[in-house]
Amino acid sequence: MGLTPRPETRTVSYEPQNQEGWVATRLDFLVNWGRANSLWPMPFGTACCAIEFMATAASRFDLARFGMERMSFSPRQADVLICAGRVPFKLAPIIRRIWQQMPQPKWSISMGACASTGGMFDNYAVVQGIDTIIPVDVYVPGCPPRPEGLIYGIRMLQEKVMSERRVDNRLREEMYPDPTSQLYIPPSVIDELGEPFGNSVHQTRSAP
Amino acid sequence: MTDKTQIVTTGRALANALTPVTPRNIAHRGGEPNPSAAAIGEHFLGYVVRSEVIWGETTVYVTRASVFEVMQWLHDDPTQQYDFLSDITAVESRDFEQPIEVVWHLRSLPFRRFLRVKVQLEKNAPLEVSSVWSIWKSADWMERECYDMFGIRFKGHPDLRRILMWEQYKEGFPLRKDFPLRGRFSRAEQLRQALAQNPEAKYSMEELSIADAFEDLPSEMRQRLRKGERTGE
Repeated sequence: MGLTPRPETRTVSYEPQNQEGWVATRLDFLVNWGRANSLWPMPFGTACCAIEFMATAASRFDLARFGMERMSFSPRQADVLICAGRVPFKLAPIIRRIWQQMPQPKWSISMGACASTGGMFDNYAVVQGIDTIIPVDVYVPGCPPRPEGLIYGIRMLQEKVMSERRVDNRLREEMYPDPTSQLYIPPSVIDELGEPFGNSVHQTRSAP
Repeated sequence: MTDKTQIVTTGRALANALTPVTPRNIAHRGGEPNPSAAAIGEHFLGYVVRSEVIWGETTVYVTRASVFEVMQWLHDDPTQQYDFLSDITAVESRDFEQPIEVVWHLRSLPFRRFLRVKVQLEKNAPLEVSSVWSIWKSADWMERECYDMFGIRFKGHPDLRRILMWEQYKEGFPLRKDFPLRGRFSRAEQLRQALAQNPEAKYSMEELSIADAFEDLPSEMRQRLRKGERTGE
């Protein structure tokens, strides 16, 4: 963190002279302000990242400062899914179901190397990044990330929430790949293009 | 048997049990063998292939057909009383000619003894060995895991199916030496198959503890469960 300057994510200017719909943008600001400061996380902790996540929620780092003190253990009342830790293939349908159970608007944070890419678990049992299952808004690097790193990711997510506009609904559309589209690439081709992957190039994929 | 019941309830070792000592300066090979090793050889002629002491722990290799009998005797005999099954696992060598070994770790709380029992399974025969579930109920999940990872079938196990990987897992047995680290299928295919599984379909009726409430269930669900279907499928 800190090697590259933080990108300017706030694309909407709230200055009245820059806006044609002053009332609408003020409403946007109010709604986004409310949403960004009362994100209720759905903790999906599976490994050591969850320990750092607990430390973030505890008194020293105090996630409550950002309006996130209310951990929502029911996905139906959650706003942001924080996936902390590696996800095995057996858990893949479960995290997808949890994501589908969360009501809109919803965001997700992939915390740590394993949730983002599979990390060092480049093996038969672990999903290589949860973005193959659910859309991810913020990736937090680290193994595990320090609480400051997670808070930085949460602040980035809050900026993203602040930049949303009510009239633009595209962010809230649930998209699924359309096999008839010309942009669609079948998984087998993706797999072929992606080879070799991971750290070990000596590992053959097909048996024996 | 009454003696044993008393031990289990009081949680005390017998008077003639080994005194617990901190192990120091243990030789790699050789040393004092567990007396149970010789006792098996005396009680069952021809069942013990060989026995050895490594790092002070005794390993007994028995023949495949005699596993259940030996285990039953080790559990029941008042001079042995191996009442705690620590672990069941298997070992495969990198040498494909070598047989697969199934390992049982037994512990006798009354005598404070530890015994490792091994069976060698040749690879050209079906990997089958007797289940010890009827002796130690804790063998249930251990044998399922051993089956899941190595494909060893335990004859007599009540519910032998995968425990760590999902039940429809088609790629084989992950801890076998011929299994590639990343699995046999491509990542995309693995993900597709994993997402196609039903998370609730992996429980049997016993696991959900609805056997008692069976009569209260809707009739169509009762019929499905009678046919042996899993819930949620």
